[in-house]
Amino acid sequence: MSVKKISKAQPELFEFNSENLEKAKKEIMKYPKERKASAVISLLFLVQKQNDNWIPLAAIKYVASMLGMPYIKVYEVTTFYSMFNLSPVGKYFVQVCTTTPCMIRGAKKITDVCKKLISQNQQELSDNKICSWTEVECLGACVNAPMMQINQDYFEDLDENSTKEIIQKLLMDEFPQPGSAKNRKNNSPETGKTTLLEIKNA
Amino acid sequence: MPKITVNNKELEFEEGMTVLQACELAGVEIPRFCYHERLSIAGNCRMCLVELEKSPKPIASCAMPASDGMKIKTNTPFVDKARKGIMEFLLANHPLDCPVCDQGGECDLQDQSLFYGFDKSRYTENKRQVKEKYMGPLIKTQMTRCIHCTRCIRFATEVAGIPELGATGRGEDMEITTYLEKSMESELSANVIDLCPVGALTSKPYAFEARPWDLKKTESIDVMDAVGSNIRVDTYGWEVKRVLPRVNEDINEEWISDKTRYACDGLSKQRLDIPYIREGGKLKKSTWDEAMKLIITKLKSFSPNEIGGLVGDLADLEMIYSFKSFFEKCIGSTNFECRQDRIYINPQERMNYIFNSSINGIEQSDFILLVGTNPRLEATILNSRIRKSYIKNKLKIYSIGDAGDLTYPYENIGSSTSVIREIVTGTHKISDKLKKALKPIVIIGDSALCGKSGKYVFEALKNFLSRNNFINKDWNALNILTQQASRVGGIDLDVYSISETENFSFFDKLNNNVFKFIYLLGADNINFDKKDSFIVYQGSHGDKGAELADVILPGAAYTEKNGLFINLEGKLQSAYKASYPPGDAREDWVIFKDLSNMMKKPLGYNDAKDLRTLINKYIQSKNFKDIKKAIDADFVEESILVKPIDYYYTNSIVRSSKVMSECRQISKKFLFTGIEKAS
Repeated sequence: MSVKKISKAQPELFEFNSENLEKAKKEIMKYPKERKASAVISLLFLVQKQNDNWIPLAAIKYVASMLGMPYIKVYEVTTFYSMFNLSPVGKYFVQVCTTTPCMIRGAKKITDVCKKLISQNQQELSDNKICSWTEVECLGACVNAPMMQINQDYFEDLDENSTKEIIQKLLMDEFPQPGSAKNRKNNSPETGKTTLLEIKNA
Repeated sequence: MPKITVNNKELEFEEGMTVLQACELAGVEIPRFCYHERLSIAGNCRMCLVELEKSPKPIASCAMPASDGMKIKTNTPFVDKARKGIMEFLLANHPLDCPVCDQGGECDLQDQSLFYGFDKSRYTENKRQVKEKYMGPLIKTQMTRCIHCTRCIRFATEVAGIPELGATGRGEDMEITTYLEKSMESELSANVIDLCPVGALTSKPYAFEARPWDLKKTESIDVMDAVGSNIRVDTYGWEVKRVLPRVNEDINEEWISDKTRYACDGLSKQRLDIPYIREGGKLKKSTWDEAMKLIITKLKSFSPNEIGGLVGDLADLEMIYSFKSFFEKCIGSTNFECRQDRIYINPQERMNYIFNSSINGIEQSDFILLVGTNPRLEATILNSRIRKSYIKNKLKIYSIGDAGDLTYPYENIGSSTSVIREIVTGTHKISDKLKKALKPIVIIGDSALCGKSGKYVFEALKNFLSRNNFINKDWNALNILTQQASRVGGIDLDVYSISETENFSFFDKLNNNVFKFIYLLGADNINFDKKDSFIVYQGSHGDKGAELADVILPGAAYTEKNGLFINLEGKLQSAYKASYPPGDAREDWVIFKDLSNMMKKPLGYNDAKDLRTLINKYIQSKNFKDIKKAIDADFVEESILVKPIDYYYTNSIVRSSKVMSECRQISKKFLFTGIEKAS
């Protein structure tokens, strides 16, 4: 896991757009009035969606004053969850799982590819500024380890070559086909189905 | 009462206690890092593990509520092994820098590792390295040493009411920090240094100054405000190295304000150590003999009516009493005053000038009305009690006058004396709430008493409270919040010039230049135009008073003499001598004794013991007039504005302190509270 770095370039101001403000109000409404701080994670998630997948400091203050929380408490939440980014990430944000099952199946090779092709350090933009990568904890796709998540999609059953291909495509601003690199369907055996043969779409 | 068995000893405990507290009742010591009796329970250090019968795993005693029939064991090999395991984990990342750590000698981790630590490490990995954090001019951080007990976070959020500390990241990357490393904006911030069980948060001004076992420790009383916090003064030779809090449940619990703690470096700066005489507009060094002779010749050249004396904020009873008897016996004048700030007082009864509900009483209260006061800056410790009461009882707090951020929410109900008239006549909306309250507290501050309407504010509120039976044997809702350590003592010793009709005759005379000879006893907070009057200043620091003076007599500061102080509740406390006055400076009562002996009019005491007997006799024999006639004051329309207080600049010791002036600079730079007004 990496320590989060706060971006040096920060926007002066952050405000929800009208659509997200509506959503934020709905989130706050879900909780009793004196417990509105419970909505902090949902609100930060909205911030991240609106602001190119990262949370600026102005947004921390904005969310804090919206929920009547001290800044530090919101800041704590953003640093606790690895899903919140505190510095800009690329248009294509690669999250490589390095928890035990993936690690055993060769996650190190994937991070090496990322280092070589995207950037030497995590959370840094590639030379053409459209891609960045980071190590994350378990993403819950251990059956198809090793794997990585790019934006909202999973890329599974990776090895050095398939990762290289995927990332080279990303760097050319193309989005590759998500799913298993070995063309497995979900997590069925590589050699095809062995059970439930009579059901078509099993 | 439910029963618990601790190490085969059965005992009764109170409902709601934790296992750790029950074990303490049984006299068993439980090691702990995160648990602290005055903070909420976190249960994250795991050092307090004990064995519970029928439980396969050890339990964290600080977080486990005790229940009837529990069988606890604390001295089995099982417990020992568990604690040793925890200690090994804590030490896995803790640096071995005790020889260069300021906490050394008073470190919980050091002490407990003596019992539960292994003699060698099984780890070959590198230790964790954490960047130092900036937390202001008082707190030095060395975050590699942090064991994440979160005591500091809980203190800042719960007691200080300034939620500025937090833990960022998680797991191995967890770090304690303020938001973006801002300086902590609390007047209680330095208490986190005492709370820190390791050397992660240490005192910046005291860094590498001394080792705890080298210091001489003297238990004493603080004079920075009128609360009279109990302190321990640590000295190395002559120099006061640091000031620490002492537990007193009735006054300061175990906290002290930053001013109390860090003004001590002012004790070695700007000191007056030799008498001075002004010659041709310049102060020249002199001798005691010369200076005293000059004073006596001058005294003889004026009539007693032309001689006035003013007592400063830091004076102890010995000083005030000898000053008063010197004026009465040797000069024959009663033109003396202990109020530098010209506030209205009514000394007919003792309850008229003290904090009657008592600091402990705040916790029982269910209604607080602040009148022209900002307790956060005027009496920081008292303010933390109000906050405690707010958290405990969720009581409503109202204020007349805008008091600023008080670390708890309150409602500002206007800032004019007409609000008081409405409350008193029953037309204001909170009037009924006040009448219905069981134990209300009305706190009147200096800002409400200093104007023309001071008399009305005080008398009207007092009459209202006594009419509604809030001034009785069990509860007294009338409270005056004084800011000066000497004030209640001064009034108790009758050092004021008040007649039936005139409350400020001293000040009128002062401003009309009636006084040709003015004796300032450590009085530095006074503004008046010096014309042709002859001014004697007696005190410890070269400050505003000394600037005006024609003769300066060097006196002792509060750590350099045995002195009695009466705090704002009217509690008599004794401060002890921790070091010596510098150079030729003398204790103040000795100066008056010498002066009176030179004038051949002795004051009737020769040593400190005699003097104390006289003081005791005076206070005990003081009978307040039996006629407790309510004074009716005419209504005066005036706005009540809470006077802004330059917190780190209030008296001569603080003004000489380098640390305090650094704090002052920072507090002026940004008034950052951690919470912006919720929209």
